[in-house]
Amino acid sequence: MVGIIVAGDTVTARWEHFEHRADIGIRGIAATKEEAFEQTAVALTAVITEPALVEPEEKIEISCRASDEEMLLIDWLSKLLYEMDTRKMLFSRFEVRIEQDVLTAAAWGEKTDVSKHRPAVEVKAATYTSLSVRQQQDQTWLAQCVVDV
Amino acid sequence: MNIRQLKKRSEYEWVIQREGKMRVPAVIVADETLIREMDEKVREQAGNVCALPGIVKACYVMPDAHWGYGFPIGGVAAFDADKGGVVSAGGVGFDISCGVRTLLTGLALDDIESVKKKLADMLARKIPAGVGSRGKLRLTPATMDDMLSGGARWAVKNGYGTNEDLERIEEHGCMAGAKPLFVSDQAKKRQRDEVGTLGSGNHYLEIQLIAEIFDEKIADIFGLKKGQIAISIHCGSRGLGHQIGTDYLKKMVTDAKSLGIDLPERELACAPLNSSLGKHYLGAMRAGINCALANRQVLTHLLRETFADILPKANLKLMYDVSHNTCKLERHHVNGKTKDLFVHRKGATRSFGPGYPELTGQLKKTGQPVLIGGTMGTASYVLAGTSESASIAFASSCHGAGRSMSRHQAKRQWRGQDVMNSLASRGILIRSPSFRGVAEEAPGAYKDVTAVVEAAHQANLSCKVAKLKPLICIKG
Repeated sequence: MVGIIVAGDTVTARWEHFEHRADIGIRGIAATKEEAFEQTAVALTAVITEPALVEPEEKIEISCRASDEEMLLIDWLSKLLYEMDTRKMLFSRFEVRIEQDVLTAAAWGEKTDVSKHRPAVEVKAATYTSLSVRQQQDQTWLAQCVVDV
Repeated sequence: MNIRQLKKRSEYEWVIQREGKMRVPAVIVADETLIREMDEKVREQAGNVCALPGIVKACYVMPDAHWGYGFPIGGVAAFDADKGGVVSAGGVGFDISCGVRTLLTGLALDDIESVKKKLADMLARKIPAGVGSRGKLRLTPATMDDMLSGGARWAVKNGYGTNEDLERIEEHGCMAGAKPLFVSDQAKKRQRDEVGTLGSGNHYLEIQLIAEIFDEKIADIFGLKKGQIAISIHCGSRGLGHQIGTDYLKKMVTDAKSLGIDLPERELACAPLNSSLGKHYLGAMRAGINCALANRQVLTHLLRETFADILPKANLKLMYDVSHNTCKLERHHVNGKTKDLFVHRKGATRSFGPGYPELTGQLKKTGQPVLIGGTMGTASYVLAGTSESASIAFASSCHGAGRSMSRHQAKRQWRGQDVMNSLASRGILIRSPSFRGVAEEAPGAYKDVTAVVEAAHQANLSCKVAKLKPLICIKG
C-alpha cells in the first residue's frame, strides 16, 4: 500500500509499507526529517485501518526525547501506540517538530469505531528491525522500521 | 535456507557451526524440507543469539522457526547467571507469555451443530476482541498490583474460575518473583481495562473438534476423546506486556555499552542477570506472565458464561495452559552437572517430560501437554512433553505453524470475505470485525502445521497426542 500526499509545489511526502515475513514494515519519505516522521505515523495507522477513514477531530500532544534519531523514531511511534491504546483512538494527521534530541508533536484523530474503521490488526510495538532514519542521496529523508503485530 | 551451510547431526538436528563471535553452536531441530523453507535470516539471528554472554550449550531453533526480532521466532536459549549470563527483552518479545489454553467441554459434535451459528454470534459479542476493545473489569492501582502478583490465582480469588483450573496452568497459575514495582505506570495504564480481552493478529478463540487421537493412553489422561468438542484460546499479556517489552528494550539498548555488552543487533538488547536492570526486567516480565495468565483465566470465565446460556450441559474443564514467550529459571543437566538456567523461549513451548518435579498429579506420568495452535482453516495439535526433550533443546518444542507469507502478500492474495465463505463451506464459522484481518490471517499464509508437528514428534521434542479441527473461530 502506498499513499502520496503533495506537500508544497515540488516535493512529495509519502508513506509506504514494506515486507517482513511475520509482520510489516512502515516507512515515511519526505523533504524533511519531521515530515518523514509524520508520514511514518500515517503508515502506522494504515497497518490498522484506512487513514482516510479516520477523521482528525480531536487533537492530542506528544513529546519524547531520545539519544539519537532512530531511537527518537521508536519513541515517537511507541508513544503513539500508547495513546491509541489508552485513549482507544486512531490518528490520521500529524505535526512533528524535532529540535536536537527532543520531539514535540500533535496528532489528530478520533475514537476507534469498529463498524466504521474495521481495524484489521492491533500493533504491539515499533521494533528495531530495519530501523533507519537517514537523508538519502536525493536529499529526501527516510524514516522506517518494522512493527510487531 | 541453504542447507549446505549446516552440518547434519541426524535427520532432525542440523548444526550451525561456531564462527565469528559465536560462543556456542546453534542447532536447528527440523527436517530438511522445513529448513529449506526457513528464511536465511533465521540462521543469522540464531548465530547472533550464540554470541550473547553466558549462553549455555547452544541456541536451539524449533521446526516452525521464522525471522523474528533479535531472536528468531522459535528460538530457545539458556543462560547461566554465574557465567555472566544475560536476560534479553528481545528474547521474550513484545507479547510476554503469549500462550494457548485448551478446555474440554464433554460435548459431542451433535450437541453443538444445531446451535453453532448462535454460539458463534454470541461468542463474538461476549469476547472483547480486536483494536479498541475493552474488558469488563476496571483495575485500580491496588488491584492492578494484586493481579500482576497473583496471575490466574488472583482471577480465581475474584470469582473467575476454580482452584481446579489452577492445577492445569503452568506455575499453577501464578508466576513467583513478579515485581509490579518495576512495571511502568504507562504499562499499568494500558492494562486498566484490558484484562479479559483477546487482542488481534494471530490471536483467537476457537471451538474445535477432537478429530484424531494419536496416543490413546496419554489422551485418556488428558481427557481428550475423539468426536468431542474442545475450546482453545490463544492470546497474551495485552497492552501491559507490549509496554514492558518496549520500555525494557529501550533501557537495555541504552545501557548496553555501560554494562559492557557488545550487541550484534539492537533487538537483542539484554542485561546481565545479576545486574539491577536484569533483575528489574525479570520482575517486570514475571508480572507480565501473571497478566497473561489472569487474562486467559478471565476469558475462560466469559466463555463459561456464554456456554451456560446456550449449552448448559457443557462442563468446561481446563486441560492445560502453556505460554510460548517467556524466560524462566529452570534446572537442567549440562555435561553431567545440574545447573539453574534462565531459559528463553521465544515462540517455543515448554515441553517437560514425565517425572519433572514441577508437574503434579497425572501429568507427572504423561509429561505436560504441549499446545500447538494452527490456523483457522487447518488444525491445532495437542502433544506431550517427552523425556528426551530435556537433552535435545532444554525441554522445548514448537509453538505453531509459523508464517510463510507476509501480511502484505496475504492481503494482496486473498479477500477476507472469500476466505470466510470458503471456510464456511467446510463448516468453519469465522467471526471477525475486519475482512482485511481475516485475509492477513488466511490459512494459506502459514506453513503446514502438520509438517511442523510431525517434525517435533519425530525429533522427540514432544509426542503427538491429538489433532483438533476448527469449527468456530473468533478473531480479533
